[in-house]
Amino acid sequence: MLLSWTALILNAQITWFDMHRLPVLIGTLLSIAIVLYATYNKRSRDRFRMREIGGLKAVEDAIGRATEMARPVLFTPGWGGDIQRPTTIASMNILSHVAEKIAQYDSQFVYPTHDPVIMTVAQEVVRESYARAGFPDRFVEDNIRYVSSSQFGYAAAVEGMISRLKPASIFLLGTFEAESLILAETGNSVGAIQIAGTDSTIQLAFFIVACDYTLIGEELFAASGYLSGDRSILASVRAQDILKILIMLLLIVAVIWATVAPSSEWWCF
Amino acid sequence: MRRRIPQFVCGLFGLVLFAVYFSQHPVAGAINETVLRAYWQIIFAFTLLVGIVSFVRINLQAVERREERPYRLVSLVGLFIMPALALIWGIKGDSPFMWVFEHVQVPMQSTVFALLAFFVASASLRGFHARSVPAAILLISALLALISRSDISVLLFDQFPGMAEWVRSTPSMAARRAILIGIGLGALTTSLRVIVGIERTWLGSER
Repeated sequence: MLLSWTALILNAQITWFDMHRLPVLIGTLLSIAIVLYATYNKRSRDRFRMREIGGLKAVEDAIGRATEMARPVLFTPGWGGDIQRPTTIASMNILSHVAEKIAQYDSQFVYPTHDPVIMTVAQEVVRESYARAGFPDRFVEDNIRYVSSSQFGYAAAVEGMISRLKPASIFLLGTFEAESLILAETGNSVGAIQIAGTDSTIQLAFFIVACDYTLIGEELFAASGYLSGDRSILASVRAQDILKILIMLLLIVAVIWATVAPSSEWWCF
Repeated sequence: MRRRIPQFVCGLFGLVLFAVYFSQHPVAGAINETVLRAYWQIIFAFTLLVGIVSFVRINLQAVERREERPYRLVSLVGLFIMPALALIWGIKGDSPFMWVFEHVQVPMQSTVFALLAFFVASASLRGFHARSVPAAILLISALLALISRSDISVLLFDQFPGMAEWVRSTPSMAARRAILIGIGLGALTTSLRVIVGIERTWLGSER
């Protein structure tokens, strides 16, 4: 096997670089350079101000409400993603802050998931959050549960939990598919305050209708910086804004170019 | 050390998979396949074991406490009976495993999926209260889309399907693309933060 691999590597007939992906490489490297520059070259006097995000501002209220009502907080990352997805990582970042608050308030907590890898990572994240809050003894490993890998098995399990436990607050943050509305409507029917966020534009519409607060698109990824106030993360969020401005400029130039010279298709990479 | 090694492994694999994406060499394809399929399956198999142990423990404890006992017992029986049927009679078309799958699991999944129709109706009813200008625009767009999908739309006004298509393909698509650009940039910066080690929440440490 080693010999065949060596032969393949040394084969001069096969090119290493896929030229069709050159524009993507240039765009990605430019984006990476801007993000890294903004992150590592932040000055101590730089002040990062992020606009208020209703859903994230309501996190503490939602947990406080659960404590007052002596009902649990339910957090679920949805069925659509695995740990490789940036959305799941973003969801873990929010989970870390939510779990810290839950530990401080000594609220009940339940985290059902469809993926055993997510379960294992979430257990570690929540354990650390409880330790950081100064209450490691309050952490219960079984509160973070694997329920089923089947989409509607997972939906039925979480729906059942919501109906029986009647959580005061529900966090639906991650990658959701058809189960989104089933969970959000069940949460609505038990009177829970619901904070949702996903990268699926189709499911966003359902969340906006059924939930109290919805993190739309990039807000989910900016949540970590918003909640922690970490300057490096906030600097990377600023880099995102710079990239957005560049994309807008590129779109304007492309529109003008397409209008003036319709036969030219340089932007169609 | 407990965090540095996973962080190093994460950074290394992040960079390798990034480089591999831009190559059409068979070696790059093989690396991609090995990491994303073979390694992933190994990790998944081990954590699945952890997940099942946790599932069985939680349900057994609940059965002992007489807490939601019927549901817990059905879950446990289901968990053990399916692998047993597969091991004894296999998973071919006419096996007991497939019979249970087709006559028990599939109808139950369809039942849960069917609930969606009622939930869409109740959510739409709440969402279409025209309490503000954006809500009124949403209501009008939704009615337009709804009418355009029925046969009566052409009888009422033959431009209805065209208008609904315009709403879907122009303002709605523009909004979706704006959200998708934000999501793409958010995913890029989140991934970069993880690869370079600025974001370490996934390791259990915030910073």
